[in-house]
Amino acid sequence: MKGKTKKTLLLTTMVLPGAIWFFLLRYVPMVGMALAFKDYKVYIKDPSFWNNLHFSKWVGFKNFKFLFSSTDTGKIIRNTVGYNVVWIILGLVLSVGMAIILNEITRKRVAKVYQTLMFFPYFLSWVVASYFVLAFLDPTRGLITSWQMKNGMDVINWYHEPKYWPVILTICNIWKNTGYSCILYLAAITGIDTTQYEAAAIDGATKWQQIKHITLPNLRPMICILLIMNVGKIFNADFGLFYSVPLNSGSLFPATQVIDTYVYRTLTATSNIGMSTAAGMFQQLVGFVCIMIANRVVSKIDADSSLF
Amino acid sequence: MKKTRPVNSVSRVTELIFHIILIAFCLICVVPFIFVIIISFTSQQSIREIGYSFIPNEWSLEAYKYAFKMGQLLWRSYFNSFFITVVGTICTLIVTIMYSYALFRKDFKFRKFFTFFCFFTMIFGGGLAPTYVVCKTVLGLSNSYAAVIVPMLLNPFNLIVMRTFFQSSVPMELVDAAAIDGSGEYSTLFRIIVPVSKPGIATVGLLTALAYWNEWFIPKLYVSGDVKHMPLQYLLMEMQEKVDFLIKNSSLIGAEASSIAKSLPQNSLRMALVVLIVVPIAFAYPFFQRYIIAGLTIGSVKG
Repeated sequence: MKGKTKKTLLLTTMVLPGAIWFFLLRYVPMVGMALAFKDYKVYIKDPSFWNNLHFSKWVGFKNFKFLFSSTDTGKIIRNTVGYNVVWIILGLVLSVGMAIILNEITRKRVAKVYQTLMFFPYFLSWVVASYFVLAFLDPTRGLITSWQMKNGMDVINWYHEPKYWPVILTICNIWKNTGYSCILYLAAITGIDTTQYEAAAIDGATKWQQIKHITLPNLRPMICILLIMNVGKIFNADFGLFYSVPLNSGSLFPATQVIDTYVYRTLTATSNIGMSTAAGMFQQLVGFVCIMIANRVVSKIDADSSLF
Repeated sequence: MKKTRPVNSVSRVTELIFHIILIAFCLICVVPFIFVIIISFTSQQSIREIGYSFIPNEWSLEAYKYAFKMGQLLWRSYFNSFFITVVGTICTLIVTIMYSYALFRKDFKFRKFFTFFCFFTMIFGGGLAPTYVVCKTVLGLSNSYAAVIVPMLLNPFNLIVMRTFFQSSVPMELVDAAAIDGSGEYSTLFRIIVPVSKPGIATVGLLTALAYWNEWFIPKLYVSGDVKHMPLQYLLMEMQEKVDFLIKNSSLIGAEASSIAKSLPQNSLRMALVVLIVVPIAFAYPFFQRYIIAGLTIGSVKG
């Protein structure tokens, strides 16, 4: 009996550092969500977190009302969800396509090289990527800019023209993430039992028929799961892509402002902690509901693959 | 041409088309980086005349010479990047291994609770603003190395990956046998379990190191006023808008600063910094790719 207590105690001490971290950095901030209903003021006499939280005035749903009465909010949500929807579909088609093509390469060494090269962007930060984009689009020295000048075309001031950015951001997103998801699908394809293909080939099935009737059905569970998980994250945006690649340019906001950047800019530029918390809370709650629904759907399709 | 092709492969022409598609995509993936390397070796004169170009009028090392001359601030931040990555990864690994090992132990009484405790943070959180306020006011995280490392210390995703590795590679009998031999819980973990789980630890360690190395947002939040602790990624971030950020914040003074400022090859210098930050990744990653792929595959299938 004593040994058992000791074991529990020791294992608990192993969990403790991590548990304390989760508590302080993930659970206490959840309490801090109360700020969304408050007019945040620093309590001058003793400005600790609890005092600031406690002595700030309750304002009810004022922050939320303000948030949803703004015309920008609709656009921001539209941007966030819109980009996600397009990228989920585009990313799926491209990465499954690439994975199938990659799998057909007969020289495996060469295929490995391709795989390594296309995975590379995944390892870079968006700040680094923003300089890559700048090298092409810089308003005075960029490659495209000087090409336009040389050919007597109108020079486009890329960083002030929002209309081009849906395309630019899409290219950036595909550039960075396709290699990664392609490799996930490739791993699944190589896991398919090869005798299925051999049997099909003997029966005279063409490659296209094999892909349609063997590869895709075998990938279906994985496609479903990744798809639904992405749908669960549809209210979240890749902050770095939207903030750093457009160089934080104000005139691009109509095309580049998403919930995540809005939350950040409200927090830092205007120090409006109440508003920022409210916007973040909206995102968290909607996201939570999305994930729960997504998970329900996944567990219906394939119980083993559900998140929880 | 004489080599026989494997049965059931696509025709030669189709495969050629596939090669072309893949080569095109691979080029798109790496050419921007090559372009930036070229710019970093381009002379300021050439940039002024023909802009950034794959074939500059004149090559030059001036950007790198200046990078050395700028000294202090630049190298300090480069050192910070390494320091934060190494120390952060070690701390993360220790905490992650202990936590996930306890979750792996089916006979751990509070296993369910702590699994949920970790897992719930994956699907719900306080959001940016409350987390920021808590870190600043409760934990006093600001302008120190801890301010960069602590907010990124744990990632529930990596915890789950680690636990899954334990489940798939460590037989429970090993733990039981060690217990019968009178090994304590900690020595079982660090003397027996850790050595047999090296691939899993490598995977999580590499993913973590990459995350620390590439992070610029956390430094932007917590060490923005402090040139002593900022990593290179953050410096690059600041230089997007303020090209002269380096000069303004360097310890160079008076005549020296202004003379450097005047002749500074700002454009190529920025690109040289990008090269400096990507080079360690570019060199390390082909070797570690295998581990990282293993981790990502596990994490995505069983998140």
